[in-house]
Amino acid sequence: MKPKVAFFDFASCEGCQLAVLNCEDVLLDILGLVDIVEFREAMSETAPRFDVAFIEGSINREQDAERLRDIRARSTYLVAMGACACIGNVQARSNFIAPAENFQRVYGVEDRNRVQTDPEFWPLWAHTRVRAVHEIVPVDFELRGCPLVPEEFVHLVKSLVTGAIPRFSTQAVCVECKMLENECVYDQGETCMGQITRGGCKAICITNGYRCDGCRGVLPHANLTAHHGLLKSKGLSEPQITNRYRLFCSAESLGRVGRTGHDK
Amino acid sequence: MTNNAKTYTIDVHHVTRVEGHGNIRINTRDGVVEDVKLCIVEANRFFESFTRGMTPHEIPWVVGRICGICCVGHQLSATKAVEDAQGIAVSPQTVLLRKMLNESQFLQSHVLHVYFLAVPDFVGAPSVIPLIKTHPEVVKRALRLKKLANDYTEVMGGRTIHPMSNTLKGWRRLPDLERLEQVRNRLVAAVPDLLETVGIVKTLKIPGYERETEFVSLKHPDEYALYEGDVFSSDTQSGVPVRDYRSVTNEFTVAHSTTKWSRWHRDAYAVGALARVNNNFDQLHPEAKSVAETLGLKTPCYNPYMNNVAQVVEIVHCAYNSLAMMETVLNGGLREEDIGHTPKAGRGFGAVEVPRGILFHEYAFDEAGRCCDANAIIPTSQNVNNIEQDMKAFVPLMLPEMSQETLTLHMEMLLRAYDPCISCSVHMLNVEFVD
Repeated sequence: MKPKVAFFDFASCEGCQLAVLNCEDVLLDILGLVDIVEFREAMSETAPRFDVAFIEGSINREQDAERLRDIRARSTYLVAMGACACIGNVQARSNFIAPAENFQRVYGVEDRNRVQTDPEFWPLWAHTRVRAVHEIVPVDFELRGCPLVPEEFVHLVKSLVTGAIPRFSTQAVCVECKMLENECVYDQGETCMGQITRGGCKAICITNGYRCDGCRGVLPHANLTAHHGLLKSKGLSEPQITNRYRLFCSAESLGRVGRTGHDK
Repeated sequence: MTNNAKTYTIDVHHVTRVEGHGNIRINTRDGVVEDVKLCIVEANRFFESFTRGMTPHEIPWVVGRICGICCVGHQLSATKAVEDAQGIAVSPQTVLLRKMLNESQFLQSHVLHVYFLAVPDFVGAPSVIPLIKTHPEVVKRALRLKKLANDYTEVMGGRTIHPMSNTLKGWRRLPDLERLEQVRNRLVAAVPDLLETVGIVKTLKIPGYERETEFVSLKHPDEYALYEGDVFSSDTQSGVPVRDYRSVTNEFTVAHSTTKWSRWHRDAYAVGALARVNNNFDQLHPEAKSVAETLGLKTPCYNPYMNNVAQVVEIVHCAYNSLAMMETVLNGGLREEDIGHTPKAGRGFGAVEVPRGILFHEYAFDEAGRCCDANAIIPTSQNVNNIEQDMKAFVPLMLPEMSQETLTLHMEMLLRAYDPCISCSVHMLNVEFVD
């Protein structure tokens, strides 16, 4: 029996599902190894149980948390797919703003008041906070990054099909970047999150001329104090440092540690 | 079996093969349609709120995350808005590279939509997956075309999804000309695949329902407008500058949708491939015009199901137009440009066409050069109102002749024809028939 695989999306850009569809070279091979039983973005079918459930997106409402718990109960393995599912991603930055303020900025005062006082609006508009998947249910594997790295997805699927334990990089982005002999971002007058960020992306952003913004999340034992000091020594003010940490990592300890009272 | 003298509700929850989450709800009583609602049930993400505090060059990079499928368009529209706010003018080289990057995404997105999301409906399959067995050549051709388009985006942008090479003023790392030449050669060789695509679409039975509406798109005096131009209305046959976009969208909220709705000169308007082809037909590449003729697309065309045909016309246009732009770059070469910039205060506006329609971005920056106001209006939120109007017009026509099942499928096909990208800040469709 081929393993039954399903894909589910919550609050996200759905780019990680697209990244999976973009594995054109191996897509037909993968489809020969597994049965995809749910993939709303690409197909109409649904199924009662899954061997592997891939979860894309952050959890922003109680109704989404309930749906996630139901999926977990029907799945043998659950994979958090992409930065939104793993660490909340950019939208978790809204956690540092009062919900009423978020609604007002997007919908205006009148509509903000309406969605928060008219019961007809409540079911759809009950935004709580932006949470990563592991904050709601246990997660077996993580595919990090915004978007996920296609090679890591293929590696995980191969491992699950063959019963092997998948291995992911435990190095910092900075280490991979050095091995590629890129010119250091700091030497170009920019700052970088590569020293404290989980590797596995082959430093793709720096290789293409940009910097690392930490979309893969913070290494468990990263020296945040030293990194904070490094950013400061390069002339960044406290609000600038806070802004920087919260671009992609607001739901991580880093975003919280980076709290300095300059939230506006 | 027909549905005359019946009272029921059709409820399609989380319509599949669309980007994002939505439901369709149709109530009928004694064969008369009482109510049709298109419900957008996507969770809020508040991009327009949390972008405050960001630097000008961080904005396009972060707001690209609004949508994975339109990431290039969001990035480009935001880049133009931020440049407008910062008083930055860009070189002809940068404009050319951005047009190429944009059209690479049109190719990728339209191929994905036509082959993976729309064609299964027309051949009676629940998804593209059964087609691997029944139509292996079709699926392999789709994958070939999609991979080519993705590689085009990667060469131009550094990565297929959320590319990082484009920024304010220009390119952080210029595209590699050797790799671009390879993509050019593959695109030349893909012409037979494009012709086969036209051949397949010619065999599809497009439902024959029409409703006159207003078409809104960019319009440019010199070219088929995908990257720049004024905001043009088919109703008035005139345009307004992008900075007046709020007078076009006139957004309002409804309880059954987390996305905001739009209207301009009438109850609703349409954006997207069909709107563009209707408004700018004369500026299409001659090969694309001839494909339109082959596929029976004559303007004005008021059949929303024909949007899939318009997408194929645009695939052909973008392929030939890209070949011409590639020639220019390969012959003329590229030069490094200074992309240094000191942030300052200001407000700016940007718009590009993305596969699903016109996309507006607006940003303001304070004295410290930090974002203090943001607004984005996506194509799907402009289209949802028009889709609901279509449903209200078509359901009474379909009700006497169709079973519930067929009617539901037609409603889903209608929604999918618009290629809605509901994840852009909100989730979208579910058809519900309730007894």
